[in-house]
Amino acid sequence: MARIPTICPFCGCGCNFYLVTEQNRVVGVEPSPGNPVNKGMLCAKGWNSYEFIHSPKRLNTPLVRKDGALVPSTWDEALGLVASRLRKIQSESGSRSLGFLASAKVSNEENYLFMKMARAVFKTNNVDHCARL
Amino acid sequence: MTNSINEIDDAELFLVTGSNTTEQHPLIGTRVINAVERGAKLILIDPRRIPLATYAHVHLRHNIGTDVAVLNGLMNIIIEEGLYDKEYVETRTEGFEGLKKTVSRYTPRVVEQISGIDARDLALAAREYAKTGKSMILYAMGITQHTTGTDNVKTCANLAMLTGHVGKPSTGVNPLRGQNNVQGACDMGGLPVVYTAYQKVGDAPVKSRFEEAWGVGGLDEAPGLTITTMMEAADRGDLKALYVMGENPLLSDPDVKHIERALSNLDFLVVQDIFLSETARLADVVLPAACFAEKTGTYTNTERRVQLARKAVEPPGSARADWEIIQEVCSRAGYPMHYADPSEIMAEINRVTPSYAGITYDRLERSYGLSWPCPNEEHPGTAYLHKDRFTKGLGSFLPRDFKPLAEPPDTEYDFILTTGRIYFQYHTGTMSRQVDILEREASEPLIEINPEDARRLGIKNRELVEISSRRGVLRVRAEITDRVPRKVVFSTFHFHEAPVNILTNPAHDPVSGIPEYKGCAVRLRRCA
Repeated sequence: MARIPTICPFCGCGCNFYLVTEQNRVVGVEPSPGNPVNKGMLCAKGWNSYEFIHSPKRLNTPLVRKDGALVPSTWDEALGLVASRLRKIQSESGSRSLGFLASAKVSNEENYLFMKMARAVFKTNNVDHCARL
Repeated sequence: MTNSINEIDDAELFLVTGSNTTEQHPLIGTRVINAVERGAKLILIDPRRIPLATYAHVHLRHNIGTDVAVLNGLMNIIIEEGLYDKEYVETRTEGFEGLKKTVSRYTPRVVEQISGIDARDLALAAREYAKTGKSMILYAMGITQHTTGTDNVKTCANLAMLTGHVGKPSTGVNPLRGQNNVQGACDMGGLPVVYTAYQKVGDAPVKSRFEEAWGVGGLDEAPGLTITTMMEAADRGDLKALYVMGENPLLSDPDVKHIERALSNLDFLVVQDIFLSETARLADVVLPAACFAEKTGTYTNTERRVQLARKAVEPPGSARADWEIIQEVCSRAGYPMHYADPSEIMAEINRVTPSYAGITYDRLERSYGLSWPCPNEEHPGTAYLHKDRFTKGLGSFLPRDFKPLAEPPDTEYDFILTTGRIYFQYHTGTMSRQVDILEREASEPLIEINPEDARRLGIKNRELVEISSRRGVLRVRAEITDRVPRKVVFSTFHFHEAPVNILTNPAHDPVSGIPEYKGCAVRLRRCA
């Protein structure tokens, strides 16, 4: 059993807690008493924030639309398709015909990289996320 | 937030408006209640009788969309009675005469007519807020999700500056951010007009700095499109491809039918997510991502505190961390990336982001996070902003006049629909609805209806009600409660079974682009 420090994935409070794991499964959470944000307290969402991690509905393979339906695919095919289709649309219709929606859910590093992809690689400022929603 | 969560403990008064704090930010709500029980005062400005109302010394239940009038009314009384901080106004602000002129029109009587707030309650709130030494304003989407959202925010700032309640501990103007990393996504430049730390895309030195840092030329200087305008461009056929990471616009955006049409009109839609969301179902390619527990990374909370979350378990199947996926896409698009782990990305962020320059993994591993601005590795971080001076020097008063809702109720659509969240669910429900306990507590969408309205329309509790706006129709069960005032109904956007954004009005604030989720005209009837 291990306790790994993390930050609650729900609201903007940023409560600290530990994920309690057993053999690559998260089995519970334990609040962190020392931190200044939540001082050992959690709400109902925080206490239960680990359950969706192992939901059977999690996506576990890339999907590609073929003959109208999304079907399981490989990373190689899916990533190749994303890069080539975006490049093709960019060259045919211009950079401003591409849009990128970043995420209020993922990390700073990932949002930075996503923004860099839109701006440095695909040369568009059409980057936004649902801060407003 | 201009100030920090810990400062709530020492505040002597809270002015909470447009924030259902105990449900949306439970741990901040708890801290507020604890402070009130120790003797702090609470002024609540909210049309709904939210749980905090039980603890409020004054509850101003104003008509929806009249925030500017109410806040100007508070300032009118504060100036009229000489309760403003004259020294602060003289030494730290500019534009006082303009403010005075504007708010002079918002006499208690005028405000009562616009907002429905009793003049005596308004005066009580004004005096308490101004006279108390440590007064904190807390607000959330009830302020921003209006076509006048920017005006509302500016008016909150005017009120705080007028009374000297900014730039000191346990004061300030404190927006509570709704999602775990909405602050970070903004800080990292996930916005159409700025790079990291709000450095403008149109600023030539900024552009050349990023071109040099990224080893590219030709970065676009023109502002990009917001979500709302991207959807309009997709609908017209001008936007051809969209890459969506961890968002679900098909449930979260206003006027869902329009969003669905816009997304279907794209030539290419990529969705990167942890579940097959409503938006992902429309995609051409779906990329499976790791969730927070399956990767290391930093998140910035509502008080600007950057905190490190560590990987606890492996992702399911072949799912990968978002940063690994982005790195692969970029490499395949001809821009090779070779980050070994997120700490290397943070090192690059440190170099291009002045306010994050001193926030390194090394320091985060040894602390409970660092609040920006943190300009170098010796800097302890910043608990509260605007100490001694504002970023631009003097703080400018930006007086605003009251403007009504974009779609006020009329004889055909005679109710106002206002939307928000509830305690047990979260956003579009992709995560929270997978949790049994949360689902047990709140498993179906409800619409809150005032008992008098329900009686008049012959609607009983839990009966199915048809609610329609100019954009769509929805069937939802009624929850009859005096949490909502008469002629107002409330519902949430958590449930795909009854997507409330079929009804909402996409009219948005001209500056922020935020749609008016907090008020559109609807009509109700009992389902036969």
